[in-house]
Amino acid sequence: MAKQHVITTINGNATEFLCETRQTMLDVLRDELHMTGTKEGCGSGDCGACSVTVDGRLVCSCLMLGVEAQGKSINTIEGMAEGGTLHVLQRKFLEHAALQCGICTPGFLIAARALLEVNPDPTEEEARYWLAGNLCRCTGYQKIIEAVLDAAREMRGA
Amino acid sequence: MSEMRYEAPTTASAAVSLLAAAQVPAKLLAGGTDLLIQMRSGHQQLALLVDLKGIAEMNTVVAENGGFRIGAAMGCMALVENESFTKAWPGVTDAVKLIGSIQIKGRASVGGNVCNASPAADSVPALIAAGAIASVLGPAGRREVAVEDIAAGPGKNTLAQGEIVTSFMLPKRAPRSGDAYLRFTPRTEMDIAVVGVGINLTLDDKGVCSAARVGLGAVAERALLVPAAAAALIGSKVDEPALANLAAAVSAACRPIDDKRGTKAFRTKVAGVLARRAALIALTRAQGEN
Repeated sequence: MAKQHVITTINGNATEFLCETRQTMLDVLRDELHMTGTKEGCGSGDCGACSVTVDGRLVCSCLMLGVEAQGKSINTIEGMAEGGTLHVLQRKFLEHAALQCGICTPGFLIAARALLEVNPDPTEEEARYWLAGNLCRCTGYQKIIEAVLDAAREMRGA
Repeated sequence: MSEMRYEAPTTASAAVSLLAAAQVPAKLLAGGTDLLIQMRSGHQQLALLVDLKGIAEMNTVVAENGGFRIGAAMGCMALVENESFTKAWPGVTDAVKLIGSIQIKGRASVGGNVCNASPAADSVPALIAAGAIASVLGPAGRREVAVEDIAAGPGKNTLAQGEIVTSFMLPKRAPRSGDAYLRFTPRTEMDIAVVGVGINLTLDDKGVCSAARVGLGAVAERALLVPAAAAALIGSKVDEPALANLAAAVSAACRPIDDKRGTKAFRTKVAGVLARRAALIALTRAQGEN
């Protein structure tokens, strides 16, 4: 069987790719499209390192097939900064030292942005529950939560 | 590894035809949060995958005859974002919200939660309590099946070859009705139920329980409807004697396994405790619905 031809939108850009039906969206992003910002942690939906949004919905790209991207709009970490200007969340992660090895960081940033889109003023508890699907084995989460809440304050103009 | 054919039909009948005609190992894909893990681990050597997310009727929740029809393949996040649904069924909503992370709920479906037949699936006791009826389409036509009759045991369901659960019908709410779902897990989030209890009750105009259903999860080979537990509530004001009878009936219905997450004795005891607490939450919600 020939590879599947998929037409999709990634970070606002019309994109086409060929993939095997068994390939996950994560594999397509990293191996076919060479967009390696999205990371593979567990490969089983537990760690959130591969988080992307699909039609605005936060998902694990390791639990989605590449062929399912047909006609969808996908946003990855590569689309977060605008040119050389970091997104507020990215800047706050740096200011708060909310990362060490960095493998979990793209997933946290994508998940945190999705949170602030639906809840611009989350409590600490709400932020912790929302980010429960993202695991970090370095920082212990405190700095990540502080960075997200600080970013939320700035984005609200508070 | 052999090649796998991927199909994304736009109607449920087309999906049934694909599945019924399959001479090769085939599976349905809704959220894929269980299936892709099974595929990756080599437990599923599939030759055909039928994606259900392009089928409109299976991916929406709609008001119907005063109740709600939940598309079996719709994502859990989309369901719990529907305010008229969550207002009518806060217990089912609480249960669905407990299914995995935000990322998992972005894709995982209620239909998958029911049909994968995990005894610990969180939505199932709440749906059983709600009296949810699955609409099943197959090569021989459509039939209706109570949610408690879908699972047969761990990972096994009662659907025939080519049959698909397309939706779940939750009936119209009587006045003064409330539902609740509680589970026990060692952690507060991202964990699998050791016990889960769903309770749905209706009060008459004097505050006496006139109807009740109790669903019980993770304490048997599948989630159970427990009529004896409902009988303990019906005719009472959901007072202390009724709650004691409820707890006893729920514990008596338990036939759990011992495992690292909970012993038989623990699960049996906790099921009764959670049933009491869930009944009180359901009662408060019913009283607020005047």
